[in-house]
Amino acid sequence: MVTACTRAGGGGAGSMAAWAGVRTGVPELLQECFHSSRFVGQYRKTEHAAAVKIQSWFRGCRVRAYIRYLNKMMIVIQKWWRGYQGRKHFRKMLKTAYFIMKMNFYNEMAVRIQKRWRGYYIRKYIHNYYKLKKYLEAVSLNNEIVRKELEQFAETKEKEKEKKDLERKEKKKDHQARKMHYLLSTEQIPGVFNSPFRPSPDPMELRLQKAKPLSHRHQQIKENLTKETSDFPTCTSSWTFPMVQPLPPIARQKPQGPFRDTAEVLLQRYKPLEPTLRAATSINSLEKAREEMKREEWRNRIHDNEFLPFSSCQKNQKYDPLIQSSSKYGQITYGTKHFREEHHEKWVANKDFETVLPPIELFDRCGKTYSRAGQIV
Amino acid sequence: MSQRQVLQGVMSLLRPLLLDVVPTIQQTAALALGRLANYNDDLAEAVVKGDILPQLVYSLAEQNRFYKKAAAFVLRAVGKHSPQLAQAIVDCGALDTLVICLEDFDPGVKEAAAWALGYIARHNSELSQAVVDAGAVPLLVLCILEPEIALKRIAASALSDISKHSPELAQTVVDAGAIAHLAQMILNPDAKLKRQVLSALSQIAKHSVDLAEMVVEAEIFPVVLTCLKDSDEYVKKNAATLIREIAKHTPELSQLIVNAGGIAAVIDCIGNCKGNVRLPGIMMLGYVAAHSENLAMAVIISKGVPQLSICLSEEQEDHIKAAAAWALGQIGRHTPEHARAIAVINVLPVLLSLYMETESSEDLQVKAKKALKNILQKCTYLPALEPLLHDAPPNILKYVIGQFSKVLPHDSKARRLFVTSGGLKKVQEIKAEPGSLLQEYINTINNCYPEEIVRYYSPGYSEALLERVENYQPVL
Repeated sequence: MVTACTRAGGGGAGSMAAWAGVRTGVPELLQECFHSSRFVGQYRKTEHAAAVKIQSWFRGCRVRAYIRYLNKMMIVIQKWWRGYQGRKHFRKMLKTAYFIMKMNFYNEMAVRIQKRWRGYYIRKYIHNYYKLKKYLEAVSLNNEIVRKELEQFAETKEKEKEKKDLERKEKKKDHQARKMHYLLSTEQIPGVFNSPFRPSPDPMELRLQKAKPLSHRHQQIKENLTKETSDFPTCTSSWTFPMVQPLPPIARQKPQGPFRDTAEVLLQRYKPLEPTLRAATSINSLEKAREEMKREEWRNRIHDNEFLPFSSCQKNQKYDPLIQSSSKYGQITYGTKHFREEHHEKWVANKDFETVLPPIELFDRCGKTYSRAGQIV
Repeated sequence: MSQRQVLQGVMSLLRPLLLDVVPTIQQTAALALGRLANYNDDLAEAVVKGDILPQLVYSLAEQNRFYKKAAAFVLRAVGKHSPQLAQAIVDCGALDTLVICLEDFDPGVKEAAAWALGYIARHNSELSQAVVDAGAVPLLVLCILEPEIALKRIAASALSDISKHSPELAQTVVDAGAIAHLAQMILNPDAKLKRQVLSALSQIAKHSVDLAEMVVEAEIFPVVLTCLKDSDEYVKKNAATLIREIAKHTPELSQLIVNAGGIAAVIDCIGNCKGNVRLPGIMMLGYVAAHSENLAMAVIISKGVPQLSICLSEEQEDHIKAAAAWALGQIGRHTPEHARAIAVINVLPVLLSLYMETESSEDLQVKAKKALKNILQKCTYLPALEPLLHDAPPNILKYVIGQFSKVLPHDSKARRLFVTSGGLKKVQEIKAEPGSLLQEYINTINNCYPEEIVRYYSPGYSEALLERVENYQPVL
């Protein structure tokens, strides 16, 4: 059928002729067509199946090829991607390893520096062995010095105490010698301390020779000086301030010549004054005593207006009545009208006392006895 | 009992005499009451119960100075026996009148009033507070400045009694300006005054660091060290107490004392005294050494350790020995150098014997044990440790063995000496529980030596050898 068509188709120029040819061959054609279509119909299934098979296989191949192709592409991509990731990871690892290496290095160097620094710092500031040694040596030196000074101090204190004790004993013995001065030995009779059987007199004898007898005045002065400030209810010993002693004279060269002993001369020169009572009273003691008396009287007086004689007292002054008697309730009669209770039945005579005395002529003439002839007006 | 009744009858006879017209009779009656109350606390109670105090207080304000002295004497005599009687005196209002007496011109009256106030304040802090509230402290400080020595003494003693109870009271005394005046009086030659002044300063300084610093700022060092050389025992004791109270607060204060040469002075003072007078000096050394190792080393080079060991052996009283043991422990516990300084003078066996003795008091035993433990934990001086191996009880022995186990592995000469002196033998004889610390130490020591020596010295070795001899079959 196909060949017929192509033959038919090919005869283009002779198309009309061709078309006539075709029209004639139509029933043959129809039979051919019927046979071929029956032929075809018989083999349609198997051919269909075969075609399907072939096509499926071919499609499969195509797809597989496509898939293979895709796979290959995928492999390429993934290869590339994994390589990229791997390299990235590697670079990271490399970086960290490098970083770690650097840090280790830094750490080690830092450790070296810190080692040196800590050693230096602790050895210099926290626990400086040499300074500590020097300090301890200084402490022991200082201790020695302090010990020595304290020893000296204690020794001086001891010496002072001993000296004081000694002086006190000496003073006591001297005082005793002064009290017992009468036991001194004389030409005729040897004293108690100067026994003839002794090779040399007792030291007390020498003291007695030097001693001056005690006088009573010195004893009194001594008593006044003992002040009792300690608690008198329970105290058993009195306690006195130490007496200040006069300084000894400066040692000079002894002056030449038979001079008297300087101590004696000084005693005589600076003998305390013992004046008589007449010399002791001051020259104006009388006036002073009078003044004193006047002052005492002035002190004891109630007011200073002296009492004037009755005649002249009322000449210039008005009488000041008492406030009590010049009250608004009227003057009370006491003090003006009457001064005392009056019991008329007891009177001896009819008259009361005279309240105003008559003037005494003798006194009126006081100060007026002489004439006024010589007075200057 | 009848004697007491008689005396109480006397009290009721004396009471009306206090109200007599003649002043001399009043004064003498008051004096008699005072002397009776002074003697016995029953009589003092009778004085209080007989209502005599209000009359005394009332007339104290008015009468002349002799009566005032006698009345203040009665108050003092009553107040000194017990806190209850002192409280009775405070309750009847005597404090204000006594403070008024402190302002009197006569020094005898002031002294009697200050003495009475001091005795009242002595008992406890409430009474002290009452005395302070009455305004006595500034007047007492003025009394200290007076020229009479007896008045100064009594005023200083009263201030000391007031300030000893609490920091607030001490601060009140300091605020009145007492420290400067007290510090000046340290140089006074009178011994009893120095006692009281030093006691007052130490009572002030003991409460806190600030107060101690204020006392130090008054420039008492190095003058106080001369007081340590005084001939009076109690002046020395009080001076040592003052230095101890200052040293115990901080390392800086102790450093100050060391720099002023205080340690040498205190050590000399300990050497010169005997008995209780030594105690504050010993405690001072302990406190100084406790602060730091440098200070402990300073104590060692000032030759403190031989002196302390002499105290430990010489003294009879247990509390002084306990103090000396404690001080040695404080010195030796810092470093091996310190422990060596203590071990060298052979004081460790003494400490051990004090710990072991059954007659020692408990306090002494505890302190000796602690000191021994502290020193042993740092001691590397083996010749001193050896005697302890033989005598010590197990709880001390483990420290000794511990020290050996630390030193022996490193020192071959010491190992040799250990064997020859019989130490290894002793170690083998010790029975210790397996797994305990002691056993570990023993193992460490045994590991320092070859096996043969250890076996040789183990107990029962001679028997084992002889058994081997018995079982031996000679080869013919």
